[in-house]
Amino acid sequence: MHLAYPAVLAALLFCTGLYGVLARRNAILVLMSVELMLNAVNLNLVAFDVWLRDTLHSGQALTLFTIAIAAAEIGIGLAIVLAVYRNRGSSDVDRLRDTAETDAAEALPDDESGTEDQATAAAGKAKKAEATA
Amino acid sequence: MTLAATAAHSAHSAYSVLAAQPANPAHSGFLSPTGIEIAFVLVGIATLGAALVTVTTKQLVHAALWLVVALGGLAVEYLLLTAEFIAWVQVLIYVGSVVVLLLFGLMLTKAPIGRSPDADSGNRWAALAVAAASAGALVWVVVDAFRTTWIGLDGPAQGSTEVTGSFLFRHWVLPFEALSVLLLAALVGAIVLSRKRGKEQS
Amino acid sequence: MTTTTLAVLVPLLPFLSAAAGLLLGRTAPGFVRPLAVLPTLAAAVLAAVVAARQGGGRAIDAATQLTPTGSVPIDLALHLDGFAVLVAVLVGLVATCVQIYSTAYLRDDPRYPSYAALVSLFTSAMLLVVYSGDLMVLLVGWEIMGICSYFLVGHYWETPEARAASLKAFLVTKLGDVPFLIGLFALAADTGTFRITGILGAVANGGLDHPTLIALLLLAGVAGKSAQFPLHTWLPDAMAGPTPVSALIHAATMVAAGIYFVARLLPVFAQSGAALVVLAVMAAITMIGSGLAALAQDDIKRVLAYSTIGQLGYMAGALAVGDRGAAVFHLLSHGAFKAVLFLAAGVVIHAAGTNSLAAMSRMSGLTKRIPDAYWTMTVALFALAAIPPFAGFFSKEAILVAAEHTALGDRHVAPAAAGWTVFVAGLLAAVLTAAYATRLWLLAFRGRGAEAPDHGRQPVAMTAVLWVLAVPTIAFGLTVGAITDWFDGHSLTPTVTTAVLSTGVGLVGGLVTYGAWRHTSALAARTRVGTVVAHPDAEPALIEAQAMTAHTAAYGADGDAPDPADPGRLLLGPLHHHAAAGFHLDALYTALFVRPVQGAASLVRFLDREVVDTYVHGSGTLARWLGTAVRRAQTGNVQTYLSALLAGSLVLAIAAVVFANVNAGS
Repeated sequence: MHLAYPAVLAALLFCTGLYGVLARRNAILVLMSVELMLNAVNLNLVAFDVWLRDTLHSGQALTLFTIAIAAAEIGIGLAIVLAVYRNRGSSDVDRLRDTAETDAAEALPDDESGTEDQATAAAGKAKKAEATA
Repeated sequence: MTLAATAAHSAHSAYSVLAAQPANPAHSGFLSPTGIEIAFVLVGIATLGAALVTVTTKQLVHAALWLVVALGGLAVEYLLLTAEFIAWVQVLIYVGSVVVLLLFGLMLTKAPIGRSPDADSGNRWAALAVAAASAGALVWVVVDAFRTTWIGLDGPAQGSTEVTGSFLFRHWVLPFEALSVLLLAALVGAIVLSRKRGKEQS
Repeated sequence: MTTTTLAVLVPLLPFLSAAAGLLLGRTAPGFVRPLAVLPTLAAAVLAAVVAARQGGGRAIDAATQLTPTGSVPIDLALHLDGFAVLVAVLVGLVATCVQIYSTAYLRDDPRYPSYAALVSLFTSAMLLVVYSGDLMVLLVGWEIMGICSYFLVGHYWETPEARAASLKAFLVTKLGDVPFLIGLFALAADTGTFRITGILGAVANGGLDHPTLIALLLLAGVAGKSAQFPLHTWLPDAMAGPTPVSALIHAATMVAAGIYFVARLLPVFAQSGAALVVLAVMAAITMIGSGLAALAQDDIKRVLAYSTIGQLGYMAGALAVGDRGAAVFHLLSHGAFKAVLFLAAGVVIHAAGTNSLAAMSRMSGLTKRIPDAYWTMTVALFALAAIPPFAGFFSKEAILVAAEHTALGDRHVAPAAAGWTVFVAGLLAAVLTAAYATRLWLLAFRGRGAEAPDHGRQPVAMTAVLWVLAVPTIAFGLTVGAITDWFDGHSLTPTVTTAVLSTGVGLVGGLVTYGAWRHTSALAARTRVGTVVAHPDAEPALIEAQAMTAHTAAYGADGDAPDPADPGRLLLGPLHHHAAAGFHLDALYTALFVRPVQGAASLVRFLDREVVDTYVHGSGTLARWLGTAVRRAQTGNVQTYLSALLAGSLVLAIAAVVFANVNAGS
């Protein structure tokens, strides 16, 4: 079989996942996109392992490890997302802007429901303050 | 397998790698579809399409379901690449557990059922540009590098359960054990993270 | 002790006194007065011993080299000839008198310790200049005097006049010192040594390549230091300093240094007839101009300052006709009587409470209050006006004789033109000198009007030194026959022709002034001018400082007073206004130097503020804008960050691949 097929497919899947990571708003959808990227890497590993006929089968072994690590990652990631959701009332990646370099970091002018968001964010912040107190 | 057999196998594989390109006159054309290749491409198109829908759909739950299709497609691709064990692991872990976890996550974060117009962030166009550019670059490099490279899928399956078990527990046993520690750590971490803080205080 | 050791001690003692005074002045105020007076007194005594031992014989030379200094060696050298030892005696005597006088004059001054230390340093520097046999060492003393004069003239730095005067004295003398330094280097380059003996030897062998250039460069420094036209303007303004400092600067130290320097290196100047003519013209302008200016001044100290400039002009004239004996003779006698005049003027200012002659002329009974100052000042004014048998007569005669001989061709050291210039200008200046001396005396001591305020007895320290200095003022000239040994051995005795001539014109000047005064003094009662400061118990220095401030406030000028009873006003006629302002030389300097410098300064300021700072502000603004732009990029959105990161790494990866391919292909 032509090696270019799995390689190209892996590249395209990786870039699809990349797009998802960069474009999706919901943190869980971002995690899904990460899974896509990991799988693209897995495909590459398997394809090259088969091509090279490696005695140690490093590619397949690494694929297995990657799958296991991906499972662990998804567990931790979901736990983080849930914690954020509990604290902030939202799991939208682009609303978590505490590091923004603005005087009113909570104000998000690029949103049509700005006031509501502000209120939510303020509430979330208050909640967070409560939680850390 | 004995050590000597391993060495012999290693020598054979090395020979076959070296001999792969000149020894396959039947695959001399750039596009010379065989049955496996046609199947691979078709499944690949389906997988890619499912992945694209996953990252573009407005319905969050549908995205998870399309992800199942994409991951399943990848499992089929593994099968076509003769990596049977990995294919089944893929089905078990990804389709069986990861996606379920993700669905749980969606539900726990009260993700809206149905079309949500703001599934994509404002970063969409930048993301598209970066993704398209990197796709172009990667595909160009990959095609340029492996234009004339073929995988010899003949011979014994390289990813059968027997072979996998053999190399995993012969050569990779220490990393395997280390991985179990990592999984334990992840388990503990997930529990710590998802515990409600209020209980801690009370 | 050998004569050399004694001679080394002479400048060293005041120097140590200055160092000790500066160190201990604050911690041990009780030692300040003895520390100021005794070393200076000891130096004066030692200088007299050195003079007696040297005895006018061959010059004593001693040198030691501390360290090699390259191609032209610099030695710590002494060159003790007759001039040096005599001038050193004068310096020591005047400095001692000034120190004693200052203990009373500035008795309550909080800055007295530093003042006394600086006077000691000043004295030490002058003694160094006098004794030094090496031009570089001489230059050290020369420059120390410059900085000391800056500090001392600015002693009353609370007043703006003193601040301006000290700066002016420093800058104007430095203006002359720059060409002076270049001249010294040129001289050393031509002769290969800084030693005076070496230079004189080289000159005698005709080893000087550019005598005119060197002489003119050196003359610039001499004109600055000795207050010759056109660099004399700092001297009248330096009257803003305390009176003892004026006495020190005028009589013995600073201004004498220039004349003394030319006298030492006269053979160098004699190599160039042009330089001597320039010096003669300079001296002539200085003599006549300062005489006219002195006749118009109202401040008693400024009259004396202009008279100093005029007498220095006489000395410069003597040097211009190549007679250094006469020049140094006049330097010595002038030092004595000018010290008396200044110190007595200090007493007068203290007693009268004003430095204005116009105010004194409306005050009677001043002579009864201060008989010591009255008599000594009268004697010194006779000496100034060159009336026989006082010291000034003999020394001035020596100059006029030398000028006459040069003019008539009996002496061939200098061109006849220089001789005529000096002779004619000297006679004219003699008239003016007598006139302003008479005017000063009449206005100060023959005033009519209210009784002078009683400030009590003058301190003994101030009156005693007047009599000490009056002795050489009276008697020094009579020794003219005995001291020729010290003056190159040539005779300084007056001749009948010039004696009659100069005494005659002097008497004419004095009598005309007296007549004018008789005519104008009637007006004095009708116009009331003048302010008087009265502090019966305060130290004299305080009264002087306040009197100077009051003078400017009352009359609107340092030197001028709108007094119709002034005989000088009648005598000078339309010239009076210009003479009172020093012939507007300051205005000329303002137009020539001060304004361009200020213009350049404002230009630089403009360039700095508007041009250079624009770049500075521009870079700051640019950085601020960049910062704002970068700040806007910090949206807090992780996805944006990640996009930028990946785009950047993508560009890098593509670049790496492309360049790898290009390099592989090439």
